Amino acid sequence: MDQMVENAWLIPLFPLAAFVIMVAFGRQLKTTAAYIGILATLASFVLALFTFLERFQEGAETFYQPVHWFSIAGFDVTMGYEVTQLNALMLVIVSLVSMLVHIYSLGYMHGDDRLPVFYQYLALFTFSMLGLVISPNLLQLYIFWELVGVCSFLLVGFYFYKPEARAAAKKAFIVTRIGDVGLFIAIILLFWWTGSFVYNDIFNAVENGVLEPWQITLAAILIFIGAVGKSGQFPLHTWLPDAMEGPTPVSALIHAATMVAAGVYLVAATFDLFAASPTALNVVAYIGGFTAIFAASIGLTQRDIKRVLAYSTVSQLGYMMLALGAAGLIGYAAGIFHLMTHAFFKALLFLAAGSVIHAAHTQNIFEMGGMWKNMKVTGWLFLIGCLAIAGIPPFSGFWSKEEILLSVYHAGRMDLFWIAVLAAFFTAFYMFRLFFVTFTGESNLNHKPEESPVVMTLPMIVLGVLAVVAGFINTPWNPVLGEWLTYGMEGELHVEAPAWISVVTVLFSLAGIGLAWMMYNKKSLSRDWLSGRVPALYQLSYNKYYIDELYDTVFVRPLRGIGIIVNWIDDYVVDGAVRLTGRITDSVAGLGARMQNGQIQTYGLVTVVGLVLLIVGLTVAGGYYK
Amino acid sequence: MSEALSQVPLTSYLLVGLILFSVGLYGALTKRNAVIVLLSIELMLNAVNINLVAFAKHGLYPGITGQIFSLFTITIAAAEVAVGVAILMALYRNRGTVQVDKMDLMKR
Repeated sequence: MDQMVENAWLIPLFPLAAFVIMVAFGRQLKTTAAYIGILATLASFVLALFTFLERFQEGAETFYQPVHWFSIAGFDVTMGYEVTQLNALMLVIVSLVSMLVHIYSLGYMHGDDRLPVFYQYLALFTFSMLGLVISPNLLQLYIFWELVGVCSFLLVGFYFYKPEARAAAKKAFIVTRIGDVGLFIAIILLFWWTGSFVYNDIFNAVENGVLEPWQITLAAILIFIGAVGKSGQFPLHTWLPDAMEGPTPVSALIHAATMVAAGVYLVAATFDLFAASPTALNVVAYIGGFTAIFAASIGLTQRDIKRVLAYSTVSQLGYMMLALGAAGLIGYAAGIFHLMTHAFFKALLFLAAGSVIHAAHTQNIFEMGGMWKNMKVTGWLFLIGCLAIAGIPPFSGFWSKEEILLSVYHAGRMDLFWIAVLAAFFTAFYMFRLFFVTFTGESNLNHKPEESPVVMTLPMIVLGVLAVVAGFINTPWNPVLGEWLTYGMEGELHVEAPAWISVVTVLFSLAGIGLAWMMYNKKSLSRDWLSGRVPALYQLSYNKYYIDELYDTVFVRPLRGIGIIVNWIDDYVVDGAVRLTGRITDSVAGLGARMQNGQIQTYGLVTVVGLVLLIVGLTVAGGYYK
Repeated sequence: MSEALSQVPLTSYLLVGLILFSVGLYGALTKRNAVIVLLSIELMLNAVNINLVAFAKHGLYPGITGQIFSLFTITIAAAEVAVGVAILMALYRNRGTVQVDKMDLMKR
């Protein structure tokens, strides 16, 4: 058998083919669309898995296959695909989560008469995301980058008849666009300076000193701005929680596991560029660290089950950025490792939340309660997800979070280390607040919730198993994944760190869980023991630090003001000029129309007058044949 | 008789033609009755005939051509009047009038 990597270009094409078929047949497909989508993603997943396994065994060199695309001003621009360690892993994660979400949606979207449309969007998204991951150059990446943005827009606004969904879709599109501009400028600058879009050419240019240090820093920071937009990092995080207006499977696939991880992936894929600039790395680390703690502190007080999860996603993505920026090569490995485990347990949490919403018909956790009795499977899976994200051993989140904390500690970044530990405490608290409020205590529902069908629970179970075991692929004493990921890269990977770190972090997590248990389950501690005393803090967190309001006052309103003025100018000055021209023409035409009165004698008179004028003119001028 | 007439200078013929043409033109443009308009057109044609005959005698290259052409004109004028009056009859039957200003179908 040939090498699997040579067929890797097929991986994104299966969902594209599914998309084309679904669009061609439209809504008449009904649920058949779902099966087409599932089959396509299954094919992608199988191929991605074989590619991954092949590389995992052989640890091969990067496979790069360019095809000539077009030439411009003497530069050959290529498109193509490459398979590296990083994107082989990403391919598996994306296609796996996508496949599971495809299956899950069959149950969740059951009865929706726009189900084929939903699957079209899902297939298009899967194609774009896989294409993004497999791209070997920045230009191709940028195209797919925008495509996933479009899919995100379409899917967030899937329930377009809800005004909130419309607003959220627009917000998701526009806010990420701010970041995209940064990425776009970075791509142009890099092409200008190095004459190539291809990653390797750019890295070689960096290595050979073609670029000045300030150029590297500028390009890296601009790329990071793109990542900030996509990955919902502060200060462009505001779109992600609003994006929860989309259907829940979409939240799981796009806004938890894959697309929002694209920012992290981008930083990882251009890591050589970042590594050459300590300033850029610091920016990444501190933005990531700040986002981690900032979003976690908002998550403490939110009441919408999906919004809590959204803030936790933002926070966890901050974690990954923190690892990438702060801790060099081990941080890189830890960040990607966390990306992988996070994709599993966060997708699990979202799907479980979707199952809960499906049964409860509400998203407000204080309207639920006592779901455990009726939803054992979902409950157990949600608990696994919570334990994983809280970092309790031996669940996957423990290993990856541990790896991040160890690497940050090892790099000697104590400020960031303690931020991360505190964020872990917050995470444990709000996740178990969510769990206890939703699943334990008295039911506040006026109907009996029912467990979701197998088609929904099965994907959750698969993710649940992965959320438990995925961590063992990279343990501190045997970092298989880390070594494999950083194959051929220079830098140390093994960390010597005191054992107390693990103990302390687990204790912090347990403390968070314990606090949540006392406040929301046993109720031995009043729910407002803190918020009652310091209402300002509570209000600040509940209102998300008034960031939306701030943006509204600082950016949106002034811009809208300018828009009104410009619109006025357009209406009265530009359009006025146009209308004036029209009116003049119209009145001239009116004059002409009045002459056109059907009176043959008037016509005759006009003809004679014209003839006379002509003759007089010729006479005065001295004749035609002068 | 012909001696006396050939004494008359060309300008006089042209002047008569001009006056006749102008009267015809005035009539064609101002009269409301279609029959009068047709008559006025005949006047204009006759003005042309006078010119043709005059130039045939007193022009730069005197000859018979002008006179022959005037015969043509007379023939065509007769045919034209026949057609014109026929149209007028048809119009009168359809619309009950021969007033030119009532016939403004060309407006639409």
